[in-house]
Amino acid sequence: MNLIVISLLILGVTGLVAAVLLYIVAQKFKVEEDPRIDEVQDALPGANCGGCGYAGCRAFAEGCVKADSLDGLLCPVGGAPTMTKVGEILGMAVVAAEPKVAVVRCNGTCEARPRTSVYDGAKSCQIMHSCYVGETACPFGCLGCGDCVSACDFDAIHMNPATGLPEVDDEKCTSCGKCVKACPRNIIELRKKGPKSRRIVVMCVNKDKGAVARKACTNACIGCSKCQKVCEFDAITIENNLAYIDYNKCRLCRKCEDQCPTGAIHVVNFPPRKPKAEPAAAPVQNSSKAQSAVQDGSKLSSEKTTLNNVEQPLNNVEPKNEETKA
Amino acid sequence: MKSTFRIGGVHPHDNKQYSVHQPITVCPLPAKAIIPLVQHIGAPAQAVVEKGQKVKVGALIAKAGGFVSANIHAPFSGTITKIDTTIDAWGMKMPAIFMDVEGDEWLEGIDTSDTIVRGCNLEPKVIIEKVQEAGIVGLGGACFPTHVKLMPPPGKVAEVLIVNGVECEPYLTCDHQLMLEKGEEIIIGIQILMRALNIQKAIIGIEANKPDAIKHMSALASKVLGIEVKALKLKYPQGGEKQLIDACIRRQVPSGALPIEVGAVVDNVATIYAVYEAVQKNKPLISRVMTVTGKSVVKPGNYDVRFGTPLTDVVALAGGVPEDTGKVIGGGPMMGRAMSNIDMPTNKRVSGLLFLPEAESMRQELTNCVRCGKCVGACPMGLEPWLLSKQAWHSMWDEMEDHNIMDCIECGCCQFTCPSHLPLLDYVRMGKAKVGGLIRARQAANK
Repeated sequence: MNLIVISLLILGVTGLVAAVLLYIVAQKFKVEEDPRIDEVQDALPGANCGGCGYAGCRAFAEGCVKADSLDGLLCPVGGAPTMTKVGEILGMAVVAAEPKVAVVRCNGTCEARPRTSVYDGAKSCQIMHSCYVGETACPFGCLGCGDCVSACDFDAIHMNPATGLPEVDDEKCTSCGKCVKACPRNIIELRKKGPKSRRIVVMCVNKDKGAVARKACTNACIGCSKCQKVCEFDAITIENNLAYIDYNKCRLCRKCEDQCPTGAIHVVNFPPRKPKAEPAAAPVQNSSKAQSAVQDGSKLSSEKTTLNNVEQPLNNVEPKNEETKA
Repeated sequence: MKSTFRIGGVHPHDNKQYSVHQPITVCPLPAKAIIPLVQHIGAPAQAVVEKGQKVKVGALIAKAGGFVSANIHAPFSGTITKIDTTIDAWGMKMPAIFMDVEGDEWLEGIDTSDTIVRGCNLEPKVIIEKVQEAGIVGLGGACFPTHVKLMPPPGKVAEVLIVNGVECEPYLTCDHQLMLEKGEEIIIGIQILMRALNIQKAIIGIEANKPDAIKHMSALASKVLGIEVKALKLKYPQGGEKQLIDACIRRQVPSGALPIEVGAVVDNVATIYAVYEAVQKNKPLISRVMTVTGKSVVKPGNYDVRFGTPLTDVVALAGGVPEDTGKVIGGGPMMGRAMSNIDMPTNKRVSGLLFLPEAESMRQELTNCVRCGKCVGACPMGLEPWLLSKQAWHSMWDEMEDHNIMDCIECGCCQFTCPSHLPLLDYVRMGKAKVGGLIRARQAANK
């Protein structure tokens, strides 16, 4: 009995002394930390992708709390809803940033870009890019080894075995920009997602002269500046034989698409144009172009379906990979 | 007892039987020529001719773009048609001078006869000037401007000239043939360089698979004071500068340092022949001997080609592209790079053209790293290729720098020896380029 009392007493006293010590130490060496950092961190998605430019969600939260305003601070994964929450916590106004999406600006499909050599080195775009021009004659286009696919943390980008090009899943893409950094040829760009994901993009980055570019790839932008002339909003610039559409100026009128002789301008997620084809027949000179536009439209709608069904081709890819590995 | 370098190395089959002892054939002049402005390591040369200008053989057409750069001279006489870009062996663009070849009219003052000019009493400074003027670069493969090597940085003294007659790269035989045919000129060239460097000793390193060259050069060297021929055990990459120094004089160049640190200057026999021609005959570097070889090549051999001749002309001379070709390699199979375009001009860099049959050309199937350590044993620089390749895969550039990636000579021993056929060199090379870029950026920022 005595033994139990003594041991209880000793333990109790030790505990009490330790508690007092710990309390004093905790008071004396207290680290002042803004409690809002924790709150902001809780509001963030916690993907730690680094897309915001900070080393992770915690660092971004600290950055937000320290900053005077939330301008230029954006969590690409959470987007506007997350930033509004962060703004509420910090009592700062948030300018709603347009959601962006990664766009692979190359449409050099297997048919358009004939293979000129076979690469059998290490399967990495970066290595292939440092070795030579690539399996096709285009020194700017996609190399197809999938560095962007392995860089993506969100399973949003996949190779399409039919075209040999990576395709971005709009739904999953958080525009963190990892694929942009991974691509050694700077083909991928973060562009405004657009209303209902509708956007118009020049799907080419070839800066060669028209004839050279066309020889390497039938879908290449040849810098003919037809699209620039037809654009009413000054959205299109031509530099180094390459057209570029400024997504902030583009009003999605689709006029440039009809003008493009090589089909390098892609319109994405637009409904197919049916009624417009008929009145377009009235001006005689445009009839053939209108037809080609219709064809392009049908091509696009088929593209759209492949875009939406990314999982299907994916299923086809995986077993193939296993075969090659085995 | 034949010596060799001490660390690492591999023994690939030398496959020199196809083109060995084939006399040097002079390639006929083409109708049109494209002369690239980048034929060396360092800054590209700047064109000094204009469209429509007529030039004679040996005239300066492009000036060195800096200290580490080299002059380029007209290899033919004719008219300059344009200065534009052309496509190199890997499909990338490079600036070049285009010319219509009209003949073979040489500039006055250049001795084009075959007579051997002995004796050289020029001042070292004049010799180096002449070498620089002639646009001579290391013809062993790296194309480092030779005049830079001849001017040791202050505080460093050259003690010995090591002449690289090793030709350790399988298949290639151009240096071997050059030693047999132009041995005497090479000896004179060595004397000129010894004079330029003010040294009394030169060692010619030749691998044991060239017994006739060893005999021939020994006989010639025995007549000259200070030149010694050293027969070396067969091992790749003995032709590497640092390996050759170790094999010849048993000194190891410290990590990150140049050969001059241990008092050595290394030059290839082809470079030395070019030095002889430049100093004794005023002939700038406008041609080189290259090997065209392969199992199925009709006429494999050693061809004396003027720079700017389309590679396809040289191939036609050798009997055309064999039907079973799966891969064309510029240079030898170990260090050379597969080419995606053979419709390109020859230049100072192309030491050989190798046609590999399809069956031998593709890489073997990869398996996982089994941690056998063979690559570590084979690496002549004492690096750990398996680790470096993993680091490159994970973009760990700082760690790669700590593991001395910049010492890698890209000889390919690791990949050659890997039982899992891993593309070790691909990753190491990519990492080396990345780390090199980062180091240069850092130096530029610190300046």
